[in-house]
Amino acid sequence: MKRYDLIVVGAGPSGLSAAIEAAKRGLGVVVFDENEKPGGQLFKQIHKFFGSKEHKAKIRGFVIGEQLLKEADEAGVEVVLNATVIGLYQEKEVVVRIGEEIRRMKGDAIIIATGAAENMVTFEGWTLPGVIGAGAAQTMMNLHGVRPGKKILMLGSGNVGLVVSFQLLQCGCEVVALVDAAPKIGGYGVHAAKVARTGVPFYLSHTIVKAEGDECVTGVTIAEIDDKFQFIPGTEKHFDVDTICLAVGLSPMSQLLKMAGCKMEDNPRRGGQAPICDGYGRTSVDGIFAVGDVSGIEEASSAMIEGRMAGIAAAEYLGYIGKEEMEESLKSLDQALDGLRQGMFAPKNRGKNIEKTEEGIPVSASLLKRGFVAEDEIGRFPGVTRKSGVHPVMECTQNIPCNPCQDACPKNCIRIGEKITSLPVVDESATCIGCGMCVASCSGQAIFLVDEGYGEGCASVTIPYEFLPLPEVGQKGVALGRDGKEVCKAEVVSVKSIPAFDKTNLLTIKVPREYGMKARFFKKEVS
Amino acid sequence: MDARIKEHPILGEPKKGRLVKFTYNGTEVEGYEGEPIAAALKAAGLMVHRYTKKGHKPRGIFCAIGRCTDCVMVVDGKPNIRTCVTPLAEGMKVQTQYGVSAEPL
Repeated sequence: MKRYDLIVVGAGPSGLSAAIEAAKRGLGVVVFDENEKPGGQLFKQIHKFFGSKEHKAKIRGFVIGEQLLKEADEAGVEVVLNATVIGLYQEKEVVVRIGEEIRRMKGDAIIIATGAAENMVTFEGWTLPGVIGAGAAQTMMNLHGVRPGKKILMLGSGNVGLVVSFQLLQCGCEVVALVDAAPKIGGYGVHAAKVARTGVPFYLSHTIVKAEGDECVTGVTIAEIDDKFQFIPGTEKHFDVDTICLAVGLSPMSQLLKMAGCKMEDNPRRGGQAPICDGYGRTSVDGIFAVGDVSGIEEASSAMIEGRMAGIAAAEYLGYIGKEEMEESLKSLDQALDGLRQGMFAPKNRGKNIEKTEEGIPVSASLLKRGFVAEDEIGRFPGVTRKSGVHPVMECTQNIPCNPCQDACPKNCIRIGEKITSLPVVDESATCIGCGMCVASCSGQAIFLVDEGYGEGCASVTIPYEFLPLPEVGQKGVALGRDGKEVCKAEVVSVKSIPAFDKTNLLTIKVPREYGMKARFFKKEVS
Repeated sequence: MDARIKEHPILGEPKKGRLVKFTYNGTEVEGYEGEPIAAALKAAGLMVHRYTKKGHKPRGIFCAIGRCTDCVMVVDGKPNIRTCVTPLAEGMKVQTQYGVSAEPL
């Protein structure tokens, strides 16, 4: 029977990271993945990631995927594709199906990085063609270049629902509504805000009554629900759609771990059946590790760090490195992971009702309910200041672990400080030169440049713009507010697209001065 | 091929294999070599991949990553082929699956 030092199951962000660290320390590593291509879900992620430099913040997911594959290649990691691990038995015996062939082998250590599967909800008509998972939508549009539908309703306001809604808009689909049974938006406020400002309405405390159609989806009816999740009669709303996207959470694909006899727990905070493991992925079975979403649903950035940690721990387990060397290597990773697990959305805060930011500012109720910060709320956040001349307005209102904006500004106008989750503040002593680096660097697309003294009676507003066709200078249209509703007429006065912006175009529009703090999106045609 | 994205604001022009012909229920359809059969069918506007054995209910793409098996069809005479993870090849014969065969129920 063939033997490896380490067998990794899953070539996604965590599995590849684990394999890289182990291979660098001399282990013979093989990675099996059931898919045709490696990278897991990273290649479907086209938005800029959050975090700080060490977490590869402001780099788009698919670029991180390419970097990871290159690193794995350089480290000598063997990745076997179209290889489904179908069994994990005693003494770490692995059974894998490669093509039509079944092979058995042994790993002295095993790292399970199988990720997660999408959850479903059932309603009348849920099996109709046209009801798809949000992941399916991402796969179709971002990997295969095919739009999942023309008119789409999204169910689920977690980060997946929000991010995929935005991506649907980017590839030219119409998103008619974003619906969630919960009373509050589950994902980052900045993700919600960039969808809301394009005009997509949010329906919280609503869910799907039925999908309509005989052969495929032709429409959908939603209704409001009470606090016992029962439909409230008379609140039904109908939409003509051809596609319904479900983004209702993920569950760890932990079957192999269970099969291997690892102690499991059913923990809703971790997404369901997950293995009991320590901080470095060690399960209850010696030499079997679990990393990434299979060890509790989180996101790709933390999955990559978890993977690296388990790869190092596996090297120590097999005696390739000593305990001291392991601890030394884990130190910086511990810090990096800790940094990502801070703030309002940290795993430890799941399900908690947070009323104030770390700075003691009441959070925006409108953002949680409607997807945008209301006009009477926005002024209380420290990144939102008014002064003469061009300056950044940072509509960043929740404590999330992200700080590329403070490094982006060449004039040091923006300060977050030591704590990565702090809200950005404008340094009044520094002078903004209007370069727009902060606007393009903000993964949440929450920074705007505003100049309320732009010519006579006018203001200019620079917005991040990631849609096609790109408007041209001189183009006239309307400015939309944070709520996606028309606020005034607008004219494009500048369009900047430089490599450093990484596909985030900077659109500067001219609006009447009184709308400088209201206009946050541009639409060509007057609706 | 209305559903095809010609240019994407972040990804640019989709990278595709060569354009090939295949048949769907006997009708000639075009798609790109190497893309999932399901992607080519989606681009051609097709929604129903199969009908269930007992209830004769239509099913189509659901997970698009080979997990749910809702999109299986009869491909080159073989039933239960997951079209979302099976690469398209020139001349493939793709048929709606009824229960587990290509014969309408």
